[in-house]
Amino acid sequence: MATNPWNKRDWSNHPKMIYPDYKSTIYRNPKNKLLNINDIEEIPSPKFLETSMRTIDSDLTKNAKKDHDPIGERIIVLGKVIDEFGRAVPECLLEIWQANSAGRYVHREEVHDAPLDPNFLGAGMTLTDKDGNYKFTTIKPGSYPWGNHHNAWRPAHIHFSIFGRSFVDRLVTQMYFEGDPLFKYDPIFNSIPDKKAQNRLVAKFSIDETIPEFAHAYIFNIVLRGREATPMEV
Amino acid sequence: MKKNIFLQTSSQTVGPFFAYGLTAQQYKYDFPSLATGNLRNKNFEGQEISIKGRVIDGKGDPLHDAMIEIWQADPQGNYNTDQESDFFGFGRMGTGGEDFIGFNFLTYKPGKINENSAPHINLTVFARGMLNHLFTRLYFSDEDNDIDKILHQVEPKLRPTLIAEKTNEGEYYFDIILQGENETVFFDI
Ligand SMILES: [Fe+2]
Repeated sequence: MATNPWNKRDWSNHPKMIYPDYKSTIYRNPKNKLLNINDIEEIPSPKFLETSMRTIDSDLTKNAKKDHDPIGERIIVLGKVIDEFGRAVPECLLEIWQANSAGRYVHREEVHDAPLDPNFLGAGMTLTDKDGNYKFTTIKPGSYPWGNHHNAWRPAHIHFSIFGRSFVDRLVTQMYFEGDPLFKYDPIFNSIPDKKAQNRLVAKFSIDETIPEFAHAYIFNIVLRGREATPMEV
Repeated sequence: MKKNIFLQTSSQTVGPFFAYGLTAQQYKYDFPSLATGNLRNKNFEGQEISIKGRVIDGKGDPLHDAMIEIWQADPQGNYNTDQESDFFGFGRMGTGGEDFIGFNFLTYKPGKINENSAPHINLTVFARGMLNHLFTRLYFSDEDNDIDKILHQVEPKLRPTLIAEKTNEGEYYFDIILQGENETVFFDI
């Protein structure tokens, strides 16, 4: 029987399941330990194709534009998807969603009293290229309040969903922005047990990638679980 | 084991606002969906089944803002990883239905992927309040599940939490209990 060749989730870098400062974790996560399964065949990942996507969906300033450009600070978000061994992960699907520059989501049940932007949806998708690189153009999201505790505000963030090379290296996360004063008050950010791991979710401003007369650039690299070397390579 | 050089990017919650991005078609937002709750393809032959269920929290309440992804083999037991194959076994649904707070996937019964495996569907759960997604598996009450080597790694008294109940011909029901009595077994894989 083949043993699952993928490295397990590294729990020193992922949040605890139940993190009481983030109140809704208390009843929405198992009390039992996850069942450690090693003896399992490899499960491939669904693959998504360039031909099934619109190229415009990597540009959130354009993909929902009606008559004007969306309001706010235009930015480039770019980076590379690699695995724990530094290998590029090519042709992997990244989906993103975010609030607009005023901190308002298009989601119908969102009640935060900030304006919607008729020219901005806040959803995008793209594939990494053969070297694992991706790039989005978007609007810098605003911070928004939430009901977790008194005066709770999320640091500005972009939600990311990533498919890797196996069913098991799926990742959903959030990307933050350098220098945000809200980090120390945010239980979602602080649910990550390691400060360095928290910092790896913070995109870094890059003057080199910034496009003159056009947009600031932020770099956000993503590391997925690694696949152990096959017996051939050992 | 080979030593890692880079550290895994941390997981964060999917949050409450994924609907217009990840499940836009289901929730009628103007954005394309790469997958929905309907995996069927009119030119494909296979036993049509539906899988209906809820995601229940530790207070016994169903979540209306969870997202479920399923990934399964075709009726011959093969994973078709290519999105353009006749049967692409990936589906995704939010649980915020109007008449039913849960999911209802329309798909085909998967075949056995090998001799030590009963037909099953891989299932991933995401929700506000879940900082990490949860992996589990769904088996079928009308199959011979004793042959399955993964179920054998689950305590016998907990195995029923992974078995969808046949409610009608081609219809299965499967609640995912996040916490408490009859808590679903979730996998570290
Ligand atoms: Fe958010």
